Amino acid sequence: MEKENTVIRVRDLVKKFGHFVADDHLSFDVYKGEIFGFLGANGAGKTTAIRMLCGLLEPTSGELTVAGLDGFKQREAIKRRIGYMSQKFSLYEDLTVHENIRLFAGIYGIPTRIRREKTEELLEKLELTSARKKLVRDLPLGWKQKLAFSLAIIHDPSIVFLDEPSGGVDPVTRRRFWDLIYEAAHEGITVFVTTHYMDEAEYCDRVAIMSAGKIVALDTPEALKKEWDATSMDGVFLKLARSNE
Amino acid sequence: MKILRYLLQKEFIQIIRNKSMWPIIFVMPIVQMLILVNAATLELKKSDVLVVDQDMSDASRQLVNKLEGNPFFKVIQVNDADFDADDQLLKGKANVVLDIPQNFERDLRRDNKVSLQLRVDAINSMSAELTWSYMNSLIRDYNNNLRASWMGVSKFDPPQQIVVSPRYWYNPTLIYAFYMAPGVMVILVTVVGMFLSAVNLVREKEIGTMEQLNVTPIKKYQFIAAKMIPFLVIALVVLSFGLLIAKLVFNLPFHGNLLVLYGFTTVFLLGVMGLGLFISVVSDTQQQVFFLSYFFLLIFILMSGLFTPVESMPKWAQLLDHLNPLYYMMKVIRNVVLKGSGFFDLKYEFLSMLGYGVVMFSLAVMRYRKTA
Amino acid sequence: MKQLLGFIRKEFRHIFRDPRTMIILFGIPIVQLLLFGYVITTEIKDAHIAILDKSNDEVTREITHKLLSSGYFKLDAMLDNDGQIDNIFRKGNIKEVVVFQQDFGKKLERDGKADVQVIADASDPNTAQLLSNYTNAIVQDYLQKKFINYHIPYEIKPQVRMLFNESLKGAFMYVPGTMALILIIISAMMTSITIVREKEMGTMEILLVSPLKSHHIIIGKVTPYLILSVINAITIVVLGNLVFGVPVRGSLILLMFVVILYIMLALSLGILISTIAASQFSAMFVSIMALMLPTMLLSGFIYPIDNMPVVLQVLSNIMPARWFIEAVKAVMLKGVGAGYIWKQLLIMTGMTAVFLVISMKKFKLRLE
Repeated sequence: MEKENTVIRVRDLVKKFGHFVADDHLSFDVYKGEIFGFLGANGAGKTTAIRMLCGLLEPTSGELTVAGLDGFKQREAIKRRIGYMSQKFSLYEDLTVHENIRLFAGIYGIPTRIRREKTEELLEKLELTSARKKLVRDLPLGWKQKLAFSLAIIHDPSIVFLDEPSGGVDPVTRRRFWDLIYEAAHEGITVFVTTHYMDEAEYCDRVAIMSAGKIVALDTPEALKKEWDATSMDGVFLKLARSNE
Repeated sequence: MKILRYLLQKEFIQIIRNKSMWPIIFVMPIVQMLILVNAATLELKKSDVLVVDQDMSDASRQLVNKLEGNPFFKVIQVNDADFDADDQLLKGKANVVLDIPQNFERDLRRDNKVSLQLRVDAINSMSAELTWSYMNSLIRDYNNNLRASWMGVSKFDPPQQIVVSPRYWYNPTLIYAFYMAPGVMVILVTVVGMFLSAVNLVREKEIGTMEQLNVTPIKKYQFIAAKMIPFLVIALVVLSFGLLIAKLVFNLPFHGNLLVLYGFTTVFLLGVMGLGLFISVVSDTQQQVFFLSYFFLLIFILMSGLFTPVESMPKWAQLLDHLNPLYYMMKVIRNVVLKGSGFFDLKYEFLSMLGYGVVMFSLAVMRYRKTA
Repeated sequence: MKQLLGFIRKEFRHIFRDPRTMIILFGIPIVQLLLFGYVITTEIKDAHIAILDKSNDEVTREITHKLLSSGYFKLDAMLDNDGQIDNIFRKGNIKEVVVFQQDFGKKLERDGKADVQVIADASDPNTAQLLSNYTNAIVQDYLQKKFINYHIPYEIKPQVRMLFNESLKGAFMYVPGTMALILIIISAMMTSITIVREKEMGTMEILLVSPLKSHHIIIGKVTPYLILSVINAITIVVLGNLVFGVPVRGSLILLMFVVILYIMLALSLGILISTIAASQFSAMFVSIMALMLPTMLLSGFIYPIDNMPVVLQVLSNIMPARWFIEAVKAVMLKGVGAGYIWKQLLIMTGMTAVFLVISMKKFKLRLE
C-alpha cells in the first residue's frame, strides 16, 4: 500500500490524565481500505487512543491527522467523516429498529429519499425487515451489534472506529459480525478496530499490539507470527508479554 | 435545523413510551394542587383556649360566652384555681390559657381598669401572633359592649375617631387559595421542567448513548435544545392542567391574558431549564443531578415569595433574589392571573427572565463538551 | 462480622470520595437552616405603599409621617386621583394604597369623625390583612396620643405572655422542621436512590452472589447514612442554638434518642422505597411525592395541622415527620420528659417495624 493512501497519520501522540500517561508517544499510519487492529489487554490504552482518533478526547501532545483533518483543531469536522461504535454499542433501547435508523440517518443529514432506500436495503441485509417495529431492547445481542455497526457506517464514512465491538457473543456470531466488517472494507471504508480477542486479530490486515500505553509491535498477523515463531496471535501475544517483563 | 427535528422526534417518542412519565404529567399536578393549596394556609381556623375562670361573675361569664360564640376558638372551661393549666400547654392540649382572676368584675367596676392574663404557646410564632391579635380584638369588642351596657348607652364614643375602612382588591373575601394556587403552579412547572430535562440528559451519559451522539456532527446547541423543548412543552401542559384545576376546584378568577401568561412562562422555563441542563452537563450521575437541582430549587422556592412576602426578607436576601428566576415568576403569575397585568406592566420582569434564560442556555451549551 | 465492617468501610469511602456529594450532604442542611431562620419571616417591614391624599392638611400630613416613620411602610408614590390606583397595583410593586378623604382635618374637627380608606392588594391575602391592621393601629395610636389625658372608663387590658418563645422567633419552629426534612432526605432519599442505583447498574447482583448475607448488604449501605444523619442533626441543633438562640430545654439524651429513632424510621422507609422502585428515576419521584413535599407541608413544619381541612389532618397522621416534629418541639422547646411524648415514640417505633417487615417480605420475594 502506498503512502498517499494514508487516512490516519499519528506521530508521537501522548495523552496524560494528570500524572498518568495513558498513551505514550504513539506513532503509526493507517491506509485506505485496510482493517487495522489495535490489540492489548484491558488498561493498555486502546480505548483512550481510539477516543482521541474520533475526536472524543483532546490529545495532550503530538501530531494527529484523521481523513486529512487535524486531530487538535478540526475535531468537529472529523466527526462528519467517521463512524464509531463503542463496546456498549449505544443504540436507543427504547426506540424501534426503524426509529434508530431514522434518527442516525437524520443526524448525519442524509436526505429523506435516500434514507428510505437505505433503510430498506439495510433491513433486508440484516434480515430485520419483519422486526423493524420491534424495540431494540427486545433484540438478541448479536442483532444489536450488527445493527449498531450498520448505523455507524450509514453515512458512508471514510473510516469507521470499532471499540471492542463484539464482546459477549459466541465465536459463531462474532464470525458473522466480521462478515459485515469485510463487506464494509471492500466498499473502501477503512476499519480501525480495538480488541482483546486474539482470533479477531487474525482477521485484520495489520495489527498494532499495545502494552502499558506503548505500541510494542506493528505488522501483518503473518509477519508477527513469523517473527515470534508462533502458530497463532495468541502465541505472539504471550511471547511479547514475556519479553517485556 | 433538520437535525434538531430528528432529535426532537426521538425525544418525544421516548417520553411517550416511558410509562413512569405519565403519572408525573397527569397525576402529579392534580394531587399537588389539591394537597398543597389546601394544606398551605395561614388562615387561623381553630385554636384551643383553656379558660380558668376564678371569678364566676356575670362579666366573666359574658366573656366566656363571647369566646364560645367565636368559631375560631374551641373553649375548654375550668373553674378550679388549682388546675395545672401549664401542663395542658406542655402536652399541647391547649394553645392559649386565659386566666380570669378572682374579683375581676368587682375590680373593673371599682378601679375602672383591670388586666387579663393570657399565655400563648408561641413555638409557631406566626400562629401565636394571629391568635393573640384575634383574642385582643375579641376582648376589645367585649370591653366595648360591657362599657356601653354599664354606662347605659347604646354605643360609647370617644371625642374624635378616624374610621379606617379596609378594601381588599383582587381578592375581596381574602381567600388564601387564590394566593397559593398560582404559586403552586409555578412550583409544578419548575419541578417538571427542570428535573425531568436534567435527569433525562444525565441518563444518556449513564447508559452511554451520549458518547454515540458525541461522535456525530450534532451541534452543541442542537443537542441542548432537543433536551429542552420537549419538557418545555410538557411543563406548559402541566400549567394548563393546573389552571384548569384552579378554575374548577378553587374557583380561581383569571383576569389576565392567557397568551401573556404562557409567554412569560416560556421565558421563565428557558432560565430554570437552562440551569437544570447546566447542572446535568457538569454531573455524571442522576443522583448528583437530583441533589444539586434540589439544592438550588429549595433556595429558589424559599426565597421566591411563595410562603412569605419578599419585602419582609433582609436587604441582602432581597438583592440576591434578583438572581432567582422564581422570584420574578411568582410576581408575574399572581399579577397576571389576579390583576390582569399585561406585558408592559411587567416589562422589567420579562427582560430579567429573558436575560436569565439566554445566559443559562448559553452556559449549558458552552459547558457541554462533546467528549467522552 | 469482619466482612460486614469492611463492606461498611468501603461504602463510606465511596460517599466521601465525591466532593459534590459531600457538599450536598453538609451544605444543604446549613443553607436550609440559614434560609429559614433569616429569610422566611412574615414580619412586615418596608412594605411599599402609595398615598392618595385628597385633603393634604396638617392632620393627614402628620398621619402620613407617622405611617412612614413606623418602619412598616415605605412610600413608593404619591397619587393624584383614583384612576391611578389600579395601574400602580398592576405593576405589582405596591402592597397598599392609603386614601384620605377630602377635608379630612376639617371633618375630624367639626364632626369628630373622618374616613381613611385602606386599599390593600389582597392577591396576597395574609399580607393585605396584616398591612391594613397595622395601618389601623398606627392611625388609632395617633388619635390616642392626641388625647393622652382622656381616660376611657372600664378598660380591660389584656396582657400576653408568649410561652416557650418569648421573642417570637421563626427559628423555633424551623429548627425541628429542618431536622425532620434533612433527615428524611439523607436517610430515606439518598439510601433508596443508592440501593436502586446498584440494582439498575447490575452491581447488586454481584453483591448478592458474594458471601455477604443480604441483610449485611443493606446494613452496609445504610450505616454510613445513619452516621451522616446523626452528624447533621447535631449540626442543626448546634447552629440553631448559636445563630438563632434556639435552646435545648429538655434532656439532650432524650433528644438524641428521638433523633436516632426517627433516622431509623427514615432509613427503613428508604429501604422500603428501594424495594418498590424499579429505577432511580422512579425512586426520586416517589421520594419527592411521598416524602419531601408532605414532610414540608403536612407535618406541621410550616403550616399548623389544626388549620387544614379534615381530610388532610387525617392524612398527616401517617407522616413520620409529624410525630418527630411534635416530639422534638416538646423536648427541645418545652423541656418535657419522656412521659409527655410516649405516644409519639410509640407511633414512630411502630412505623419503623411495619416498614421493615414489608421490605423484608418484598426483598425475599424478589430473591426467590
